[in-house]
Amino acid sequence: MSDHEYTPKSKFGKWFNDRLPLLSLASHLTDYPTPKNLNYWWTFGGILTFCLITQIVTGLVLAMHYIAHADMAFDSVEHIMRDVNYGWLIRYIHANGASMFFLAVYIHIFRSLFYGSYKSPREVIWIIGIIIYLLMMAAAFMGYVLPWGQMSFWGATVITNLFSAIPLVGEGIVTWLWGGYSVDNPTLTRFFTLHYLIPFLILGLVVLHIWALHVPGNNNPVGIDIQKPSKDTVPFHPYIVIKDGFALLMFSIVFAFFVFYTPNILGHADNYIEADPLVTPAHIVPEWYLLPFYAILRSVPDKLLGVVAMLSAIFILAALPWLDTSKIRSAVFRPLYRQFYWILVADVLILGYVGAMPAEGLYLLIARVATAYYFLHFLVILPVLGFKEKTLPIPLSITEPVLGGSSNFALAKNKKKFE
Amino acid sequence: MKNFLRTLLLLIIFIGFPFKSYTAEKVEYLKTDWTFKGLFGKFDRGSLQRGYQVYTEVCSSCHSMKYLSYRNLAEKGGPEFTEAQAKAIAASFEVTDGPNADGEMFTRPGKLSDKFVKPYENVKAAQAANGGAYPPDMSVLVKARGGGVDYIYSLLQGYEDPPSGITLDDGVYYNKYMYGNKIKMPNQLSDGLVEYADGTEASIEQMSKDVTTFLMWSAEPHLESRHKMGFKAITYLIILTILVYFSMKRIWSRVETEV
Repeated sequence: MSDHEYTPKSKFGKWFNDRLPLLSLASHLTDYPTPKNLNYWWTFGGILTFCLITQIVTGLVLAMHYIAHADMAFDSVEHIMRDVNYGWLIRYIHANGASMFFLAVYIHIFRSLFYGSYKSPREVIWIIGIIIYLLMMAAAFMGYVLPWGQMSFWGATVITNLFSAIPLVGEGIVTWLWGGYSVDNPTLTRFFTLHYLIPFLILGLVVLHIWALHVPGNNNPVGIDIQKPSKDTVPFHPYIVIKDGFALLMFSIVFAFFVFYTPNILGHADNYIEADPLVTPAHIVPEWYLLPFYAILRSVPDKLLGVVAMLSAIFILAALPWLDTSKIRSAVFRPLYRQFYWILVADVLILGYVGAMPAEGLYLLIARVATAYYFLHFLVILPVLGFKEKTLPIPLSITEPVLGGSSNFALAKNKKKFE
Repeated sequence: MKNFLRTLLLLIIFIGFPFKSYTAEKVEYLKTDWTFKGLFGKFDRGSLQRGYQVYTEVCSSCHSMKYLSYRNLAEKGGPEFTEAQAKAIAASFEVTDGPNADGEMFTRPGKLSDKFVKPYENVKAAQAANGGAYPPDMSVLVKARGGGVDYIYSLLQGYEDPPSGITLDDGVYYNKYMYGNKIKMPNQLSDGLVEYADGTEASIEQMSKDVTTFLMWSAEPHLESRHKMGFKAITYLIILTILVYFSMKRIWSRVETEV
């Protein structure tokens, strides 16, 4: 880090900065040295910040018009859609925004997996990220309950019932979560409260996430440390700001297309039917972004073990920096890992697909195989690979492959293919 | 950039494929050309007005539309009856109001601000009158069914004699588009059932199309302004993206790295 001492020019600025170094912070953020070889997969951090702020702002407006009551929630959502000025726009941004948020976070996570961004010295950034991801899932799940449609109600019933798998105290915990003996008004009001709270917890963790990032600095596609900041990096502003901005605009076009032209395609039709505790929908399916975990849950015949498997699938990620024994960060120089990486991507997509299908016959079999492979990847393949794999020679500095004119030119060209 | 886009494209195709097969319906629905689909999709005003007529004369004896008010009929982007017409429509319904100063409920002619009058007092009354089946509220019905407008359009025309081997209970009818093929709503439409004010021939197909268009509007009353705004917003975003792209190129030309 090139933390050159910053001194404000004006007298007042200096006076203020001595008491609260906000100007120093701003200076640090604008000058923050960023590897110049970052590719577009790195722009999703900024995109995610945008997603979070969009959700908080639109959510704030929705909360002004929404009524958290079992008898009125569905009506109040329709009131927002019909009678609140631009209510339809705000609600559709919020609902599709959740999907966009998850789309971006999955790309962000898989970028980290490919380039080994979770490895030393960035383990803490990674673990904070996993906690953010967990909170995102909790917030999204509770948000989906709020419109009090059929999927809201039955999704809430299925997910909260998972806690009953805990031996001895399970049933008690479920009653405690519900605030009664079934999902009802007390459940709705507490979910609303928590749905309002969690985004601000996420915001706090995002600050920590970025703070932790600014200590070692960004990883980069080559995965080696910065040698000479003057040669290998560019200041965050204007280089990364404009690049992130460009990527964010591209992302916004996709986002806008969903909001304006297919606002309901990512949701489930049943959620436009008001919740009815006496009628169970034919298939209870979660939102698309939770499907892989839903598939893991259902692939285990035992309820408790299913819940354990599902939770392990998430928590195993937190142990990733220690499960991956390879010293090389970037998959660009790990020919075997690169192949296993894409198998894992396919595996997760398959899990998502079977998660949307009824848990029977061939689907169930595929779900079981894919679940087994998921754990195999993290628990066996990754640790073994670190010792067995013959890695490619890594360049001496990140400028080398970038410029391509050095003695390692052939290597750099070879590397380009995989970037 | 090129590599990034290539990988992204592959991923989209890969993810899109199972998603498409997941949403695909097993039954092939009847198709018709909906004017409200597409980037500039708008409602056919005449169809909406005819659809309202079908709703009031046929559907409304059992199906409520609790989220609609009579004022909506005169609003922009809807059937766009004139305000006088909408007032007359509202006034043709008896609305229960009150309590008055004496504590009594009373009836009066409907006003623009009133919600559509419901056919039954409550769900139980609706069930009692319909052999235990509740005729669902139709305000958001189009969005609450997997096949959307195509499903509703087909269902209205899907009544058939049951194939041999299928016996139906009393009050249950066979419909080839209904989930499980058994429906408690009898066939409602027959050629010439309503007399359209604008002289359009009231065929079963025409009435199905009109009432479905009306239901689409009732589920998405702001569809037209959504499409209009969407086109503007996306055009704006695309132009801005292009401008920012060239600014980015300019700024990054100061360093020897490609962007």
